[in-house]
Amino acid sequence: MWLIDSSIGRKFIMSISGIFLVLFLLFHSCMNIVVIISPSGYNAICGFLGANWYAVAGTSLLAAGFVIHILYALYLTYQNMRARGSEQYAVKKNQNGVEWTSQNMFVLGLIVFGFLALHLYNFWFRMQFAELTGLHTGMFDAADGASYVKALFSSWIYCVIYIVWLSALWLHLTHGVWSALQSLGLNNKIWLPRVKVVANIVSTIVILMFMSIPVYYLLGFGA
Amino acid sequence: MEKSINVTLKIWRQAGPKVKGKFETYKLDNVSTDSSFLEMMDVLNEQLINERKEPIAFDHDCREGICGMCSMFINGHPHGPDGEITTCQLHMRNFKDGETITVEPWRSAAFPVIRDLMVDRGAYDKIIQAGGFVSVNTGGVPDGNAIPISKVDADEAMDAASCIGCGACAATCKNGSAMLFVAAKVSQLALLPQGRVEAAHRAKLMVAKMDELGFGNCTNTGACEAECPKNVSISHIARLNREFLSAKFKD
Amino acid sequence: MAKKQESTSVETKIDARIPEGPLAEKWSNYKAHQKLVNPSNKRRLDIIVVGTGLAGASAAASMAEMGFNVLNFCIQDSPRRAHSIAAQGGINAAKNYQNDGDSVYRLFYDTIKGGDYRAREANVYRLAEVSNGIIDQCVAQGVPFAREYGGLLDNRSFGGAQVSRTFYAKGQTGQQLLLGAYSALSRQIGKGAVKLYSRYEMLDVVVIDGRARGIIARNLVTGKVERFFAHAVVVGSGGYGNTFFLSTNAMASNGSAAVQMYKKGAYFANPAYAQIHPTCIPVHGEFQSKLTLMSESLRNDGRIWTPKKKEDAEAIRAGKKRATDLSEDERDYYLERRYPAFGNLVPRDVASRAAKERCDAGYGVGNTGLAVYLDFSDAIKRLGENVVRARYGNLFQMYEKIVDDNPYKTPMMIYPAIHYTMGGIWVDYELQTSVKGLFCIGEANFSDHGANRLGASALMQGLADGYFVLPYTIQNYLADQIQVPRLSTDLPEFEEAEKAVNDKIKKLMSIQGKESVDHIHRKLGLIMWDFVGMGRNKAGLETALEKIKEVRKEFWTNVYIPGKEVDLNNELEKALRLADFIEIGELMARDALMREESCGGHFREEYQTPEGEALRNDEEFSFASCWKFTGEGNEPELLKEALDYEFIHRQQRNYKS
Repeated sequence: MWLIDSSIGRKFIMSISGIFLVLFLLFHSCMNIVVIISPSGYNAICGFLGANWYAVAGTSLLAAGFVIHILYALYLTYQNMRARGSEQYAVKKNQNGVEWTSQNMFVLGLIVFGFLALHLYNFWFRMQFAELTGLHTGMFDAADGASYVKALFSSWIYCVIYIVWLSALWLHLTHGVWSALQSLGLNNKIWLPRVKVVANIVSTIVILMFMSIPVYYLLGFGA
Repeated sequence: MEKSINVTLKIWRQAGPKVKGKFETYKLDNVSTDSSFLEMMDVLNEQLINERKEPIAFDHDCREGICGMCSMFINGHPHGPDGEITTCQLHMRNFKDGETITVEPWRSAAFPVIRDLMVDRGAYDKIIQAGGFVSVNTGGVPDGNAIPISKVDADEAMDAASCIGCGACAATCKNGSAMLFVAAKVSQLALLPQGRVEAAHRAKLMVAKMDELGFGNCTNTGACEAECPKNVSISHIARLNREFLSAKFKD
Repeated sequence: MAKKQESTSVETKIDARIPEGPLAEKWSNYKAHQKLVNPSNKRRLDIIVVGTGLAGASAAASMAEMGFNVLNFCIQDSPRRAHSIAAQGGINAAKNYQNDGDSVYRLFYDTIKGGDYRAREANVYRLAEVSNGIIDQCVAQGVPFAREYGGLLDNRSFGGAQVSRTFYAKGQTGQQLLLGAYSALSRQIGKGAVKLYSRYEMLDVVVIDGRARGIIARNLVTGKVERFFAHAVVVGSGGYGNTFFLSTNAMASNGSAAVQMYKKGAYFANPAYAQIHPTCIPVHGEFQSKLTLMSESLRNDGRIWTPKKKEDAEAIRAGKKRATDLSEDERDYYLERRYPAFGNLVPRDVASRAAKERCDAGYGVGNTGLAVYLDFSDAIKRLGENVVRARYGNLFQMYEKIVDDNPYKTPMMIYPAIHYTMGGIWVDYELQTSVKGLFCIGEANFSDHGANRLGASALMQGLADGYFVLPYTIQNYLADQIQVPRLSTDLPEFEEAEKAVNDKIKKLMSIQGKESVDHIHRKLGLIMWDFVGMGRNKAGLETALEKIKEVRKEFWTNVYIPGKEVDLNNELEKALRLADFIEIGELMARDALMREESCGGHFREEYQTPEGEALRNDEEFSFASCWKFTGEGNEPELLKEALDYEFIHRQQRNYKS
C-alpha cells in the first residue's frame, strides 16, 4: 500500500490529516471566540454540539484524525532517525533561512499532545463525555461551557499554561500549514514565499482567536 | 590581502566502514588565507606523510566546484560555512587565526563511511539508474529544434539540472532524506517535453528506489536548499510530490 | 634494441585506413560497406570501456543499447564525476540555426585551420558531419540547452570562428552533456546491459595473440588487483595535462592508461601538442594544487591589457599602484593592437603566447609579475552591470571566491595554464590503435584537433566518438570475433600482466624514501612548464630531457608511500600515475625537440615570423609523429603518418585582417 510504504505516500497522509486538524482548529477557535462576545450564545453552541449523533460522529472522526496524525508522526520520526544513521554530527549548525520550528516539529507536536490531555480533562471530560455517559464529572451542567471557561481561567496559572500551549501550537502550525501544501505538491517557485505567508496568516489568526480567551480573563475582563 | 593563520583541526578518522571512528586533533601553522580548504588539507597530509603517518583520506577531484566529488562536514555545515560553494571552493580566509575547525564525513545511513572523510554515495547512482533518464536510444531522434520549449521552462529545468550529486542535501537533512536530489532530476525532466512522456513512471520508480535505499522522509525543513552548493530550490520537491501523487491517483 | 632515431630522415609510413572517395562521402561509404554484428551475436561479445567521460559514457551506453555486453570502469565514485563535467563554454555543431552561413564544410575548415593544418582531413570532416546529430541526441535526452524566447535553441560565438555555432547550457555545458550521457549510461546499467566498476583504475591492457583481450584493474577501495576479459577494449581516459602538476585538469586526471597502451604497442602520437588556455586564474602560492579556468566566453566582452610603461608594471607588482590608477592611454591593449581583425577573440594558442610575451618583457602584473588584466569596465559602461552580471555572474562569483577581489570594480587578473592535450594515442579512421581490438576515444586519442583545439570542440569530439563513430567502427572489428569464446582470465597472458602490475606496486612500496609523491610531481611540473611549456627551444628541451631523467631517478629511489599495498591507498594511486607522467613528460620533450617548426600549441622560439607568429614547416613536418615503445630504457622509435591535404589548401594562419 503506497500510503504506508512510500515516503511521499506517508507525507500525503500527514498533510491530509494535518489540514483536517487545522480546519477543526479554525472551527474550534471561531466557536470559542463567542464566549467573549456572548456567554449564553456560547452555551447554545455547546448544547448544540453535545451528545447528538452528528457531534459524536464528528468527534470520532476528529479523534481518528489525531490518532492517524500522531501514529504517522511516530513512524516517520522513527524512520528518519534510522536514515540519519548511528553516528551523529559532533558539530551541526543551521544555515540561515532554516526555521527552528521546521527542525523541531516532533518536539512541538509532543508538547501540543501533552497539553491536549490536560485540555480534554478540563473541558471535554466534563462536557461531552459527561453528557454521553450521564456521569456528573464537573461542578457545572455539562452544557454550561461558559461557566467552565470562566472558572478555569479565573486561575492565572491556567491562563499561562494555555498561553504557553497555544504558543507551541502556533509554532507547530506555522511550519505545518505550508509544509502540508508543499507535501501535496501545491507549490512552486513563485508561490513558495506566498504559501509561507498565507500559512503564517492562517495559523496566527487561529491562535490569536484561541489566545484571546485566556488573555481576556487574565486581564480581568471576564470577572 | 594574503596572510597566514594558525588553526587546530579536529578531524574524523575511521579505518573502515565497520570500524569505530574517532576525532584526531592536528595543529597546522602558517596556513595562507589564500589557499583553499582542500589545499590546506593537502598541506596537512604532506605534513603527516613527512611524519610517516597515514594521510587523511578524502574525496576530491575537479577542485572547481562542479564534479561533486568533495564532501566534508566542516564546522557544522556540509561544504563548510560559506554559502553556494563546494568544499573545494571554500577558502581559508573564512576562518580566524587560532580557530578550531571540526571536519566530519557525511553522516547518513545511506552514505556509509569508506575511510576517514570518504563516504559511499553509490545510492545516488542507483536512484538515477532506476529512472533518472529519458528512454531514448542513440540515433533516430528528431531535430533539436523540432519541439520548441519555452525559455522559462528550459531555464527552470536548467536550474534543477545544475545539481552536482554531491550529497550535501541528504547529509545535512535531519531526516537523511534525498528528496532534493531526486526532485531535481524528476523536475528537470518533467519540465521538458522530451521527458514529460514518462514523467509519472519516472517519479514512481525513483521514489521507490530512494525509499528502498533507506533515505528518510522529507519534512520540508528546507535545510537541503540552504546548504545546496548549487542553490537547487525546494520548489522542485513540490513538483516531485505533485508528479508522484497524481501518478498514484491515476493508477 | 636501442635505436637512435634521426628526427626527420626516417620515412616510415603509417596507414590510417581512410576510406576511398570524395571527402564528403567517405563516412557514408564506410558505413554502407562496413561489417556489422547481428543481434544474437552481440549478446555474446564483451566490450570493456575505460572511462565515463563524454566519450566513454556515450560509447558504453550506445554499445549497450545495440546489444553488446559492456563493462565500464571509472576511477571516481560515480560515472558522473568524469572531468568532462568541468567544461564551461559550449559545444559546436554545424546546424546553421542562426542563418549566418555555417555548414559542415565550414566547421570542418575552421577546425582544420584552428589546428594549424596538423589534423587528419577525413576524421575532421566526419566530426563536422556528425556534430548535428549530437545536438539532436542531447536534446532528446533532456539536456536543458539555452533557448530563445521563441523556444528555439540559442547559440553563442567562440574563438577562431566567424559564425555563432556554439550551443550552451549556462556556463555548465560540459556538466549537462555529461549528465545526458550519464543518464543514458545509467539506463543501461539499470537494465544490466552495462556492468559498472566505479573506484577502479586500469593498470594494464592484456594482449593475447596480438589482440587486446582485457585489462588489469585495481579496486581502489580494497587495493586488490583484478583481471577482466573482453573481446575488445575501448579507452576514453582523457588527457595528460597533469604532467605539468598544475593544470586545469581534475586531480585524478592522468595519462596512465595511455602509457599502458603505449607500452603494449599502441603508438603515442603528437605528445608535444598541449593546449595552454589563456584565461586562467594566475598561480598564487606554493600550496596551490590546481589552476582554475575562466571560460573563454569572457573574452567576448573583456579587454585584455598590461601597463604601457614598465615603471607602472613595477609599481603595480610592488603594490604601490593599482590597475584603476592607470588612465586609458597608460594601458596597452596588446591583443587589439597586434590582431585588429580578431582582437581579444584570437584562438587560444595565440592569446596565450601574447600574454607570455608581455610578461616576459616585464609588463606583467600581480605580485608574481605573471598575470595580465582582463578588464570589464568598458563592458559595464556600455551594457550596465546587470547585463554583465547576467552573462558572466557565475564566473565573476567564482573568481571572487578564489581571489577575494571584486571583478566588477577592479580588472580580473589572468594567466595561461595547461588545459587540454591534443596529442594522445594514435588511432586510425576506425579509432582503433595500432594494437588490434584496442580502441581509443575522446581526449585520450590524437585524432581531430591537430596542433590546437578550438573552443567548444572538445565536447563535440568526445560525443562524436562515443555516440556516432565508435559504435559503428568497432563492429567492423568485432564481426570477425564472433567465434571467439569468452576467454578465461587464468590464461598466462593475464597472469603475467597481473604479476607485472603487482611487481611494480611492490617495488614502489619498497622504496620507502624521503620525498612525497606530490613533492616530486611538483618538480616535474616546473621542468615541464619552464622548458616544455608555451615557448620551447632546442637547448631548453635538451635540458628538460636531462632533468626529467633526474626526476625519474629521484622518484624510483627516493619516493615515500605510506600505507599498505592491498588497501585503499591514495598515495600509491598518485605514485603509479606519477611514474607514467614522467614517461609522458619525456615523450613530450622528445617530440617537441624533434618537431623543428612552430604550429598551434607547439611553439619553437627558433621558428617564428618576424612578427612573432608561429612558423610552420609543411615541407618537412606535415606528419603526425607516432612514437613506438621499444622496451624499458630504450629510446622510442619515431614513425610518421603523412598528412596529405587533398581538399584544403594550407595557409599561414592569419587572425590580423
